[in-house]
Amino acid sequence: MQRIGVFVCWCGSNIAATVDVAAVSEALGHEPGVVFSTNYQYMCSEAGQNIIKNAIRDYQLTGIVVCSCSPRMHEATFRKTAASAGLNSYMVEIANIREQCSWIHKDKAQATEKAIILGRAAIAKVHLNAPLTAGESPVTKRALVIGGGIAGIQTALDIADAGFEVDIVEKQPTIGGKMTQIDKTFPTLDCAACILTPKMVDCAQNDKINIFAYSEVKEVKGFVGNFHVKINKKARYVDATKCTGCGECTEKCPMKKIPNEFNLGLDNRHAIYIPFAQAVPKVATIDPNACNMLKNGKCGLCAKVCSAGAIDYKQKDEIVEREYGAIVVATGYNPIKLDDYDEYAYSLSKDVVSSLEFERITNAAGPTGGTLLRPSDGKHPHTLVFVQCVGSRCSAEGKGKSYCSKICCMYTAKHAMLCREKYPDTEVYVFYIDVRSPGKNYDEFYRRAVEEYGVHYIKGQVGKVVPRSDGKLLVQGSDLLANEQVHIEADMVVLAAAIEPDKSARPLATMLTASMDTNDFFTEAHAKLRPVESPTAGIFLSGACQGPKDIPDTVAQAGAAASKVIGLLAKDKLTCNPCTAHSDEMMCNGCSSCEKVCPYGAISYVDKEFRMPNRTTAIRRVAVVNEAVCQGCGACTVACPSGAMDLKGFSNSQIMAEVDAICKM
Amino acid sequence: MQDVNQFKPKIVAFCCNWCSYAGADLAGTNRLQYPADVKIIRVPCSCRVNPMFILRAFQRGADGVILCGCHPGDCHYTTGNYYARRRMTLLFSMLDYLGIEKQRTRVEWVSAAEGAKFAATMNEFVAAVTQLGPNKRLEDLRCKN
Repeated sequence: MQRIGVFVCWCGSNIAATVDVAAVSEALGHEPGVVFSTNYQYMCSEAGQNIIKNAIRDYQLTGIVVCSCSPRMHEATFRKTAASAGLNSYMVEIANIREQCSWIHKDKAQATEKAIILGRAAIAKVHLNAPLTAGESPVTKRALVIGGGIAGIQTALDIADAGFEVDIVEKQPTIGGKMTQIDKTFPTLDCAACILTPKMVDCAQNDKINIFAYSEVKEVKGFVGNFHVKINKKARYVDATKCTGCGECTEKCPMKKIPNEFNLGLDNRHAIYIPFAQAVPKVATIDPNACNMLKNGKCGLCAKVCSAGAIDYKQKDEIVEREYGAIVVATGYNPIKLDDYDEYAYSLSKDVVSSLEFERITNAAGPTGGTLLRPSDGKHPHTLVFVQCVGSRCSAEGKGKSYCSKICCMYTAKHAMLCREKYPDTEVYVFYIDVRSPGKNYDEFYRRAVEEYGVHYIKGQVGKVVPRSDGKLLVQGSDLLANEQVHIEADMVVLAAAIEPDKSARPLATMLTASMDTNDFFTEAHAKLRPVESPTAGIFLSGACQGPKDIPDTVAQAGAAASKVIGLLAKDKLTCNPCTAHSDEMMCNGCSSCEKVCPYGAISYVDKEFRMPNRTTAIRRVAVVNEAVCQGCGACTVACPSGAMDLKGFSNSQIMAEVDAICKM
Repeated sequence: MQDVNQFKPKIVAFCCNWCSYAGADLAGTNRLQYPADVKIIRVPCSCRVNPMFILRAFQRGADGVILCGCHPGDCHYTTGNYYARRRMTLLFSMLDYLGIEKQRTRVEWVSAAEGAKFAATMNEFVAAVTQLGPNKRLEDLRCKN
């Protein structure tokens, strides 16, 4: 008979507000086998853990049940606590009375009753627990960074700096991400390219970093320390080892009316292209949807002009298989599509642009060479209206995002300031709901825009933008402070579009079995205490894939993710999950049912000699599980017709004991 | 029979550790309410759920049993949820034969990101089971002690 201790946590008021914790510990104290039951404000604190340790010693406990938050949160903590008091860590069971009870119920009586039942189920289970010993698995000392924007670049550089190999997978032909498209950066106004491109070059030159540009992750298998990843290197139709990036081909290509993604379609590129001058790797890429040679087999001009002989029209996608110990997600963000925002006339007038398009227009390397010109007629605009929160903080169903995109207030202040600085003859208006400028030197920056540069900030929203036949845009808005309608004849309107996670993030989350929130941002293991780790072991988060972020925050988080990866890769061995399958050889009849369903090939068969009656022996074929390979899914346990196969930690009898306890009520 | 409004069903939910259990945690983190009648049992994978467990729950007086796993193709163990799906299809057709209402059992795919779906599924399932009333056919009085 086990001697069980029950520890009910209040979690401050998180549990105690909706669950009568004293009643729970009292009720569970009367369960069979329970020799000690108590409740405490914070079981996970040092004092709380000491209560557990002391109880294990004083009452010679053989098993403990902690009624607290999700086992995904603190199971590891309490296992360590048990181990430090000399109890096997797998003699611990958690009853989840926070996420699955106190937080989802309002009625205290019902929640208390449920908490008691959940506690009973855990007690019933722990009665059948047996001490388990964890094995060890090696760690592959290489990290994968998915996404080559500033987040991915910084993470990769920091990991490489610690001496570990890193691969960057970037789906675009070049690394650099969104930051390459940005002109200047707030609040210092230094040019984005000047601070980013040296880092891109560092990545290319670092012998620990391997860049897979124009590539995508196709498949992820394995687990922390031992991921097997298939990377699809898309065909560039250019041999990257031969191409010198001279750009001869991109000038001669006759297909020159392809919208240039890098400039957001504001100008055109050729079918063979290098996204921008500082691209890394600086290798040309043929757009297979535009190239006449690839589509119709006619042309071949680029191959003729390429002195390096790098053009290869027969190139195929290539699958590369690599092993990694850790994976960092840095898939970043995109501005939302504005096609649905006809009230702002985005699809009606070329002079209504998104903020990122405005970045390209003011960028010295952009389509206008940095001169502020209207996209429609190439004339210099005199009156500009900036509209903030386009799709952010939006409660309308099916349109926009409920969250604040965080970066728009600051970049709009930057745009407005730069307009006034370069072109003092312009009038600049900003419509805002609130100006959110927390951050070092951010509020000062915004105030400079208003006070020094004379940008007109109007608190209120724009109701409508009407393009007039004379090329002007009539902006109708409201000024909430003056309580009046505002009509502005503008030459250009700039929309601060909400940002959303990249579309590739969700399928990737599926492959990684990492969790996401309803907005498709990756969720962190703990909002405050583990902000750069995914709840899935070995997966780390960097940059805007986790939530809207500006560059300083992204770089800080990238460094934090890198340090977590380094901490993991520095270990030689990781402790394995001891909850593996095992076969009772007396019951096994060697039928192979389990072997067929095992996804890991962990089950094999041996011929074993068994003693039979009258001192005879018989040789029988029985299943043997390789515990180092078994991941503990339990598929075999159900497939086994004789009931010989069982799973440690989640045995048939344990689960049925839980079922019984729950149904007993 | 009890008044439908009074009747509080006993619902057992088997949730795989990687997707649905995390989805249930997310529902909690987001404070999405669903009835306290649902009690979750954590299993490593939906394929760990032996049809025997479901029959046992009904024998012991559960009014509804729901199995939640990762979406097809997303299984942490690659193929576990496919096995679960096949096994449950078979079990449910047998339950159907025994006269157990289809609405008492269900397989749902809930990912770790779908806290809202988890809560909605549970609300819907509890409502459906409440509508049916208590499980009498499979409840084994010998199991009551």
